[in-house]
Amino acid sequence: MDSPIEIMMILLVLSDMALLGLSRLRTCISIVSFQGMLLGGLALVTQFGSLTPRLIMIAAASFVIKGFVFPYLLKRGIREAGTLHESEPFIGYITSVLAGVAMLGISLWLGARLPLFAAGSGNYLVVPAALTTLFTGLFLIIARRNALNQCLGYIIMENGIYTFGIFSVVEIPLLVELGILLDVFVAVFVMGIAIYHINREFDHLDSHRLNVLKG
Amino acid sequence: MQITSFINILLGLLLAPLLLGIINKTKASFAGRTGQPLLQAYYDIIKQLQKGAVYSKTTSWIFRAGPVVGFSAILVALAIVPMGGVAAPLAFSGDLLLLAYILGTMRFFTVIAALDTGSSFEGMGASREVLYSALAEPAFLIGLAAVARVTGIMSLSPMLSAAHFFSPEVVLVVVALMVVYLCENARIPFDDPNTHLELTMIHEVMVLDHSGPDFALILYSSALKLWVLGLVIVGLIFPTPPGSFWLVPVFTAICGLILLAVIVGIIESTMARLRLIRIPQLLVAAGSLSAFAFILVLR
Repeated sequence: MDSPIEIMMILLVLSDMALLGLSRLRTCISIVSFQGMLLGGLALVTQFGSLTPRLIMIAAASFVIKGFVFPYLLKRGIREAGTLHESEPFIGYITSVLAGVAMLGISLWLGARLPLFAAGSGNYLVVPAALTTLFTGLFLIIARRNALNQCLGYIIMENGIYTFGIFSVVEIPLLVELGILLDVFVAVFVMGIAIYHINREFDHLDSHRLNVLKG
Repeated sequence: MQITSFINILLGLLLAPLLLGIINKTKASFAGRTGQPLLQAYYDIIKQLQKGAVYSKTTSWIFRAGPVVGFSAILVALAIVPMGGVAAPLAFSGDLLLLAYILGTMRFFTVIAALDTGSSFEGMGASREVLYSALAEPAFLIGLAAVARVTGIMSLSPMLSAAHFFSPEVVLVVVALMVVYLCENARIPFDDPNTHLELTMIHEVMVLDHSGPDFALILYSSALKLWVLGLVIVGLIFPTPPGSFWLVPVFTAICGLILLAVIVGIIESTMARLRLIRIPQLLVAAGSLSAFAFILVLR
């Protein structure tokens, strides 16, 4: 019942819920950073019996990139853009949290249908938590206006994929490496936003208004 | 039916106002003040009891019934919630639902007594109280349902003794119940018990027109509510195995309640009251914590 993996998965889902319900960008970034560190630790805890240098490197990379590099970049983005809050999300915070509970329910249902980890390993929460994180990321991308929040949504979604991958690490190390590649992609993504800030033409980050640019 | 369970009720009746004193002392020490005496709530209640009551001509019997019904409701609640592993005298299977609805009855009568005065100011407080309790009740009920599911028991007395605090679900439920605790007892961040003339207050505004013995009953009932709901949380945190000597777990429970009061005092000293629009968000978050715990135990 109280295996560390399970507690980590619960923390992961709780951080998803917090991300859905909070509006302050700085807090959201800190939570995403916490998620990254959690997942870095998760890689080590999962394969505790058979730690390989390769795995430790992956975990360390995840820990450092998601826990420190991304937050630094994103916080710099906030500082430059001067936005502290998500202004008017498309979907309100209460509805978002309720949607989060619904997504958790759907993920649990899906997780029960997938025969992946059903073999009594005690990790029954892993697939639902990964799916919930994935859905949360997608939801944030759809439901928020702010470009930074959408970027956070992307990182969260990637966290979900990473969680999913880390449990298949024994069979398919390639999948994890793909995850790391995605990480790099996110880094580029983040940098893209930073660049977008630097030569910004607008004094806001409202991605919705980018539609106006269409001819 | 044991004699000890009645002693527990007596202890509750005697010690409940002390919790208010402890909260106020904690807040005072945080602010660097001496603060009001520890027993101030007792003095207030005794003082109010010695006064006469004034009733407005626009009020009906409902206004007079409000405090009395509220007080009797909380007495019943006191008889449902176990303390220190001793089964409560009214314990039966399903009493956790009764507890929620008894507290609902108490609230209902406070609300209609407030509406009975015809004051628009009290009507605003009543409307807020109803809104927030409507959001707090699911968090409370679903949380208790999760614990009931874990332990497989539907009665509070054996349920609280059987729950293990160190499982993730129970921790989630305790956090959710803590939010409900602050909301139901009208503490910061939901309501500031110290402000009496502010447009954002909730509970204090509803009892503005009560005076004398009625107000004493209201003060006493709110202290008892602090005690009763606190017992649920403390019972979850310090579950007592049945069979241990009565005095030890009861003493633990009282210490737990005092600790809870200190924590409430710390929260009140370090947090500001939330904006009115943010309160439903916090309550929904508590509700989703409960729902999460419930989903976890459903599998």
